[in-house]
Amino acid sequence: MTITPELVEQHQLTSAEYQKIVSLLGREPSYTELGVFSVMWSEHCSYKSSRIHLKKLPTQGKYVVQGPGENAGIIGIGGGWVVAFKIESHNHPSYIEPFQGAATGVGGILRDIFTMGARPIAVMDSLRFGPPVDSPNGDRNLRILTGVVSGIAHYGNCFGVPTVGGECIFEECYSANPLVNVFALGVCKADEIFYARASGIGNPVIYVGAKTGRDGIHGASMASAEFTEESKQKRPNVQVGDPFLEKLLLEACLEAMKTGAIVAIQDMGAAGLTSSSCEMGSRGGVGIDIDLDLVPQRESGMTAYEMLLSESQERMLLVAEKGREDEVFQVFRKWGLDAVTIGVVTEDGKLRVRHHGKLVAEIPNPALADEAPRYDRPHNVRPYRKAPMGPPSHIPISQDLNADLLRLIGSPDLCSKRWIWEQYDYSVRTNTIVGPGSDAAVVRVKETGTSIAMSLDGNGRYCYLDPREGAKLAVAECCRNLATTGAVPVAATNNLNFGNPERPEVMAQLVEAIEGIAEACAFFEAPITGGNVSLYNETLGEGIYPTPVLGVIGLMKTAIPAPVHFRSEGAHILLLGGLGQNHALRFGSSEYAKVIFKQLWGLPPQLDMAYEKRVHDCVREILAEGLAESAHDLSDGGLAVTLSECCTGDIGANVAVETGERAEFTLFGESPSRILLTTAEPARIHEIALRYGVECPRIGVTMKERLQVGDGNTMWIDIATTDLKQSFEASLPQILHTHNVG
Amino acid sequence: MKVGVVVFPGSNCDHDAWYAINRNLPGALHASAEFIWHDSTDLGKVDAVLLPGGFSYGDYLRCGAIARFSPVIGAVKKFAAAGGPVLGVCNGFQILVEAGLLPGALLRNQDLKFVCREVTLRSETADSPFTSKLRKGQIVTLPVAHGEGRYFADERTLDTLEAEDRIALRYLDNPNGSLRDIAGVLNRERNVMGMMPHPERACDPLMGSTDGLSILESMLSAVPALTR
Repeated sequence: MTITPELVEQHQLTSAEYQKIVSLLGREPSYTELGVFSVMWSEHCSYKSSRIHLKKLPTQGKYVVQGPGENAGIIGIGGGWVVAFKIESHNHPSYIEPFQGAATGVGGILRDIFTMGARPIAVMDSLRFGPPVDSPNGDRNLRILTGVVSGIAHYGNCFGVPTVGGECIFEECYSANPLVNVFALGVCKADEIFYARASGIGNPVIYVGAKTGRDGIHGASMASAEFTEESKQKRPNVQVGDPFLEKLLLEACLEAMKTGAIVAIQDMGAAGLTSSSCEMGSRGGVGIDIDLDLVPQRESGMTAYEMLLSESQERMLLVAEKGREDEVFQVFRKWGLDAVTIGVVTEDGKLRVRHHGKLVAEIPNPALADEAPRYDRPHNVRPYRKAPMGPPSHIPISQDLNADLLRLIGSPDLCSKRWIWEQYDYSVRTNTIVGPGSDAAVVRVKETGTSIAMSLDGNGRYCYLDPREGAKLAVAECCRNLATTGAVPVAATNNLNFGNPERPEVMAQLVEAIEGIAEACAFFEAPITGGNVSLYNETLGEGIYPTPVLGVIGLMKTAIPAPVHFRSEGAHILLLGGLGQNHALRFGSSEYAKVIFKQLWGLPPQLDMAYEKRVHDCVREILAEGLAESAHDLSDGGLAVTLSECCTGDIGANVAVETGERAEFTLFGESPSRILLTTAEPARIHEIALRYGVECPRIGVTMKERLQVGDGNTMWIDIATTDLKQSFEASLPQILHTHNVG
Repeated sequence: MKVGVVVFPGSNCDHDAWYAINRNLPGALHASAEFIWHDSTDLGKVDAVLLPGGFSYGDYLRCGAIARFSPVIGAVKKFAAAGGPVLGVCNGFQILVEAGLLPGALLRNQDLKFVCREVTLRSETADSPFTSKLRKGQIVTLPVAHGEGRYFADERTLDTLEAEDRIALRYLDNPNGSLRDIAGVLNRERNVMGMMPHPERACDPLMGSTDGLSILESMLSAVPALTR
């Protein structure tokens, strides 16, 4: 087949990129080779727009065993054990086909973890959809939501990994660009980590797992372009997941690794056979020859192009020690899986592919993996934002703060997500000490006696108003969540969800956000050990809010942390960190402005990272001393929403706060660096807070049945805890029920 | 005392059962667990058998519908026929029902969704090798995690189960639409029990409940009498 400019364009390669291919090969590529380059050089696989900026992220730290560049990051947790963890997106497929898109998103990240020799012990999800109500796309948004949730449940539950936490936010900009970011974490012995570096000339290259079919061809390229009206035709580009097969693959891989016969291993994710072979070859500085006739196939008549680009799920490629293949085969046979030698490691650094006896591709591995284009795309403009800076001239005074609070805690963003997380098995593997619905999830590691706390957070509204500050706030929030359970942050992963990087004002968002993450992760000593970039989250020219999602993990001793909810009457309520700065300019980014005013303006809350960190250190000491009966950090919805969440255990509170600001700002402002504590020993906590230079006003006392909040003179809020609980818990099921999908 | 934990390729609560028996049970019981692979035709020398939760062979068909044909189930049937205690949890319960060792069927949850939560249960009989350490009427808290846990049987079977005191556990807050709130049932000989809730997940204070220990302890303390 002749390569025409149209064909090049269909492969989403620019003519300059095509010329680079020609010069790297020293000839015109074949059609098959063009396909291979197009996926490997896609945004999704090559990070061509983001790579030069990702270098700014801190990647070193005393716990880091493996930073970015492998299938997952690795952190030492002591006692001869490590954890492997990463976050990855499956945004585009989840829009096209929510159930399978989300399911295979879970499958993909799980393989990234166990390909390193680690058994997955926890999953979390960060989800964003269009609003289920008050949206022209409400019904479709709900279908995407329910499809995604059941896809995650289907895959994770069968595989046997607990889904222990996450977040779920609704915003119109995600209507046609839902975000499905999945985080996974696994444990492994420090001396049994496996890497994806092929080595040993003459060693066999072995294909294991599911057979190759035509599904998912060009999935990586699909995820590297905007969506148009025709995108639904891309449904065949979405892969189909088989969690049972993945479970077999997990057990078989971990068992085969124990034989000592495996040299290198990599999962076949995006760009399937192509990326796994050329990346393993490139990392090891060797070549790989494969013969496609030997590849287990689900259907007949597949072309080399299709087989190389197929993204059929639940497949792995591994390099074994020559002469020890049988040890590997035996294990896979036991688990009823295909395992076939399809090639060999060579010394010439080339990926060489044969099909029906003919050489169909011969490409130097580095050309695919390392010499992919890198762009310094224009970004010297102000990040895209349309929201006004100044607050509206007239911010209406609330007529009924009780009603506002009930509306807020029943709003899709802030209401209980129990309807979602009860569909996930969150307790399998008997490690989940704190599951969904808390500040951070806590999972014990049986092998070491220690525990891992983990938190996912992102805030598109904040980042839209100021990508740099918004990104820092996300890091701070994750670290605060960890601190509130008593954990010390040790490492982070990030998922950068943005629009079209070819638009300078979107590229500027990306650069600002990366720099914000870099600054905050360095400051909070949570180096980034890996992650994912998802660009082109745009449909018909409408992009998403810039949405970096952070996942931070922390270490702690194994113990049940102080719960979120109030536990006993008569306890002192302290607001560690103080009342914060809540005024009009910063109020436009709040959930209150979103839900009650349906507006967005101004700037995200102001973050003082040094103060934030002192709050974290301070709360860890308070918790370690056992002084807190309950602990819950303030975030979306501010003080009043946090108080309400603390009241869902039926104990209420009487609170008085005097800031001089308007009641709405005081109650619902989202100023960071604050944690709500209850205690029987306020004096000892004040002593500690004083030592850290952290404000810690006593703002009230817990009591029976009601939440009452005022400024000491006027009572702003007075609601029965049962009403709060009803609004909080019943909201999501009600929305789904009304629309006949719950 | 040795408990054989049957491992199907898609079992995913096998390690949890193993851990609960080997690490959480009081040392005085001298309990240990060992795994039995699904293609074994011989259980070896075990004193009790536990079929753990999971997705035996993927269970894309009806849960347990394929597992009942597995070699190990033949051996489990023999073991049960000889009076040995057999406990099926979640997927294990589904398999025992499919294998005909227990009556009834487990249908999709009433609201058609997977459900994971803690439920409160009432022990309905102390006269069984699995609930002897519980008082009749005692309330326990155990987690459930299943998509197909709605216990179903025809009225006559249900009446018989009640008349013969074979309903071992009932939900107080039925999570799946099970008929007559049934969470666990016994066979006529009372040496086989199936239950949807997971006792092995409630054997450690860190997991929020230790009520599952009573079920496992009951089973182990019954062994001498049953295998005599």
